[in-house]
Amino acid sequence: MNPFRSQLRQELIVMARNGEQLLLLVGIPVLLLVFFSQVDILPTQGLSSIAFLVPGVLGLAVMSSAMVSLGIATGFERSYGVLRRLGTTPLGTRRLVFAKVTATLFIEIGQLFLITMVGLALGWRPADANWPVIVVAIALGTICFAGIGLTLAGRLRAEVNLAAQNGLYLVLLLLGGVILPNGELPQVAESFAQWLPSTALSELLRAGVNGQELATNSLVVLAVWSITACACAVAFFKWSE
Amino acid sequence: MSKSQCELRTLMLVNMRNSTAESALSVRDLVVDYSDLRAVANVSFDAKPGSVTAVIGPNGAGKTTTMEVCSGVRTATSGTVSVLGLDPQRDRLKMNSRIGVMLQDGGVYPSARVGEVLEHYCNLFGNRQRAKDLILAVDLGSKRQDTWRKLSGGEKQRLSLALALAAKPELIFLDEPTSGVDIVGRDLIREIVGNLAKSGCTVILATHELDEAQRMADHVVMFNHGRLIANSSLQDLLGTNQTVTLRTTNEIDIAALAKHMNCRVEQNGTEIRLLQSSDASFIARLSTWFAKNNFVLNDLSSGTPRLEDVYRELNSASKRVDK
Repeated sequence: MNPFRSQLRQELIVMARNGEQLLLLVGIPVLLLVFFSQVDILPTQGLSSIAFLVPGVLGLAVMSSAMVSLGIATGFERSYGVLRRLGTTPLGTRRLVFAKVTATLFIEIGQLFLITMVGLALGWRPADANWPVIVVAIALGTICFAGIGLTLAGRLRAEVNLAAQNGLYLVLLLLGGVILPNGELPQVAESFAQWLPSTALSELLRAGVNGQELATNSLVVLAVWSITACACAVAFFKWSE
Repeated sequence: MSKSQCELRTLMLVNMRNSTAESALSVRDLVVDYSDLRAVANVSFDAKPGSVTAVIGPNGAGKTTTMEVCSGVRTATSGTVSVLGLDPQRDRLKMNSRIGVMLQDGGVYPSARVGEVLEHYCNLFGNRQRAKDLILAVDLGSKRQDTWRKLSGGEKQRLSLALALAAKPELIFLDEPTSGVDIVGRDLIREIVGNLAKSGCTVILATHELDEAQRMADHVVMFNHGRLIANSSLQDLLGTNQTVTLRTTNEIDIAALAKHMNCRVEQNGTEIRLLQSSDASFIARLSTWFAKNNFVLNDLSSGTPRLEDVYRELNSASKRVDK
């Protein structure tokens, strides 16, 4: 097996062993989708609740795999000295990062499939879905949240990193337009929330899934976050504690 | 140990390329600063191809930092390092494919299994077939399915050594390979390292076990406070001095004896050790002093000193200079 494939296999094995991640990657998104589509209490901007929820939950799924799961795993690898030891092999940074990104994409494909299936079962009909927009949104979202996750993982102690990633996930879940439209937030929070990457991602996905007009605004916000986050990850990442 | 294991160990599959370079490792004027201290100050030394170099010194003396810079996981503040003619930073991947590195602690995911990690590392070095041999060589064949978390300290060290050998190294850095390892494990690790050296691999071994260093090393590099206080062949280091040991039942004034004999004297129970320069009349003067004082003199012997004695002597000398 060549070094890249061997590393990719290792990444997937480690993720599969961290069973608690399954809750984050699949459990929470699916639970939110099922619960709020059945209990119709959300203001959904004129959309059916399921049509509002599916894109938001897809964004949440991207956040959980690209940021939280990748970030926590990398943080522990750093503290266990795994990255340091890999640094003494011919693998190299480029192939390592590529293996991590590929592993994340595999998981996202799984999440996308599952959420789509659950959505369809709950009556979602994506007739107008604009798939290129959805793919671009997910790709950009992955880059952006991976950058944020790795920035935290590259500096914080493993346990602090674990808490920070989960905390950030919760904040972005609530303020980032995932299940609640930002318009429902208090004024102060709303003006802050519109600049969050999760808001931009869920709005892009919502536009893509429901065939609405592409929100250029959101695209720019997400792109700026992506560039900044990746630059920070490269600049601040330390290979060992 | 089975016969096939023995054979495996002697065939330790080292990848030898005819290196024309005079030094397999060359360190010149190395300086490494941490935020609040200078960990390594102007260190220079060389290791000949196929030799075993012991890097010794107290904790915090700069051994590990130097090994880390040489193996590319840490950058130097100034100075140059050349490993097999390569720069550890600029030519990192090229260098990595030819060397083995066993740094202190960990480096393995706790939930990873022995066989799986070893296969992965062999894949990374493009030596897939090697995993089967290595797991037997370090005697972990029965632990293939165990997770890193479950291994004892000695087993972890043996697996670490096996991971470092995945490279078929031409040069290997070993940082305290036998620390926390039981006697059997130690013997096994020493045997493997001995075989590596025999088959032409350059070994750089940092250790606190001075007996181990004395038994295995051709060359000794001794650190203290980030500086080298010795850099010479083992023979030269030990050869200039002889150790005289004796036993006595009398209360001896050690200071007076040291002054009279003009050498360093250590007492350990009834045993007394004198570190002397090669001086033909030493024994005669010593026995005269004992006779004059009416002291009992038993088990008098003279011989090559232990590295440990030289180490203590040099360290206390460097402390005196520091003051």
